[in-house]
Amino acid sequence: MTFDVEAVRKDFPILAREVHGVPLVYLDSANTSQKPQVVLDTLAEFYSRHNANVARAVHTLGSEATTLYEGARDKVAAFVNARRREEVIFTKNSSEALNLVAYAISNATTFPGAERFRIGPGDEVVVTEMEHHSNIVPWQLLCQRTGATFRWLPIDDEGRLVDSAIDEVITERTKVLAFVHQSNALGTINPVERLVAKAKSVGALTVVDASQSAPHLPLDVQALDADFVAFTGHKLYGPTGVGVLVGRYELLAELPPFLGGGEMIETVDMTGTTYAAPPHRFEAGTPMIAEAVGLGAAVDYLSALGMENVAAHERELVEYALPRLAAIDGVTIVGPSVPVSRGATIAFTLKGVHPHDVAQLLDEHGIAVRAGHHCARPVCVRFGIPATTRASFGIYTTTEEIDALVRGVEQVKEMFT
Amino acid sequence: MSLPTESMYREIILDHYKNPQHRGLPVEFDAEVHHVNPTCGDEVTLRVRVAPDGTIADLGWEGEGCSISQASTSVMSGLVTGKPVPDALALQERFLELMQSRGEAELTEADEDELEDAVAFEGVSKYPARVKCALLGWMAMKSAVAEAGQGDVDEAKETTR
Repeated sequence: MTFDVEAVRKDFPILAREVHGVPLVYLDSANTSQKPQVVLDTLAEFYSRHNANVARAVHTLGSEATTLYEGARDKVAAFVNARRREEVIFTKNSSEALNLVAYAISNATTFPGAERFRIGPGDEVVVTEMEHHSNIVPWQLLCQRTGATFRWLPIDDEGRLVDSAIDEVITERTKVLAFVHQSNALGTINPVERLVAKAKSVGALTVVDASQSAPHLPLDVQALDADFVAFTGHKLYGPTGVGVLVGRYELLAELPPFLGGGEMIETVDMTGTTYAAPPHRFEAGTPMIAEAVGLGAAVDYLSALGMENVAAHERELVEYALPRLAAIDGVTIVGPSVPVSRGATIAFTLKGVHPHDVAQLLDEHGIAVRAGHHCARPVCVRFGIPATTRASFGIYTTTEEIDALVRGVEQVKEMFT
Repeated sequence: MSLPTESMYREIILDHYKNPQHRGLPVEFDAEVHHVNPTCGDEVTLRVRVAPDGTIADLGWEGEGCSISQASTSVMSGLVTGKPVPDALALQERFLELMQSRGEAELTEADEDELEDAVAFEGVSKYPARVKCALLGWMAMKSAVAEAGQGDVDEAKETTR
């Protein structure tokens, strides 16, 4: 099957709008993706036809809403090849999914039966230098609460993990290894197999932030073999307000709760409470029902396109864009310079021009890119720069849009020299 | 790239960015301040010397960051050097008002005479995220003259936040 980008574009109504009187060129999908009509329709349909709370109402609407919500869980489970549907937990976003794991681990300190998750002084939590803040701060906070030590794997000048550090930093003291599948700031795709194998060999839990890979690559949690995988709906062509944590069931079954509240309990007594089995143990309170249902529609949409086809389309885009951007005198790519183990997110600097000026001028010509540290400030610190300009592609991105970007950057450069 | 008519960038801004005025730190000075704008990571270090008669005798700066912050600092330097401190602070107030106008300032001819090149930053006021860039050098100047004993230090610190 060939990938028909023009047909895909027609599914995204926002792509037809103009910005500053010119057609929108949206190159900020790593920040958030646009939504296809089917997701918008699903949200409207849910609220106009089926809206009710889930898992408690016995009436018809309640039953329909519950079926749709749990149906979305089935869709997501199939989309990522989860071992069983109960491994899929709906969260607010990736950040909450990662915090869920980090807080559940510290709750293990005093939770009966959760001894295997306890960590403390002498233990280590390892991340990488290319993490999004959402996969740094929760672990720093966990270390603060427990007395464990926070460590990280460094990156090299190409924005890839320093391979030799993997065996040095991940040791018998490592209890958790948390790392990003595809970097939002660099585009780097990390060697999951090697990292998970190393972590397993020392008995550490593995947590993979798949926020930037789930929308772009076939994601198979069984193949990744990590204990926990987090991603978010709004980058996956779904609504904001819904994310996913996929966890190994036998671990979820023993992991203490994160948030307490309605629907996460088995029975509540004033003298004590017992908890529901996963996934509901980790879904306290009324969940993001419509958003989860909308996410179900988004993964159906992606499955119909075929994630292999999506990956191939975006590989073509990055192969097209990298040499053209790099050829502009004064442009430095921040991240892997060759389209190998890298996604279609390209960060760069333009000599003598601040990224905020680049982004603002491109916006005046309808081109939306992001400028800043992309919530991965340590990456900028590593490269000794205050910020980068980042163009990130998606299923609806065309080579003509990349041409517009290249032309735009060249014109910005002319203005400033 | 031609600039759209509503662009916040003006030739004057780009000219000052490329050829900044008063760049370089004077050896003799009464006060030195360092201000940072976290939005873009813009930085400016500014030194000022105030003459016995209360005029700004010398002002110089070093900095890095976006074009708006660097050009605005350059424009400010040219405008206030040689002026009595109260006049410089009054001008700073006018510029602050312009930046807080959200693109709805109605500039009079008197404003344009007084603010000179600084009116080119009017368009920046439509972009709240960039207003701090344009104000960076002005706030640094206000702090510096206060530290030189020519204004209210606490007030200067307050408005910098």
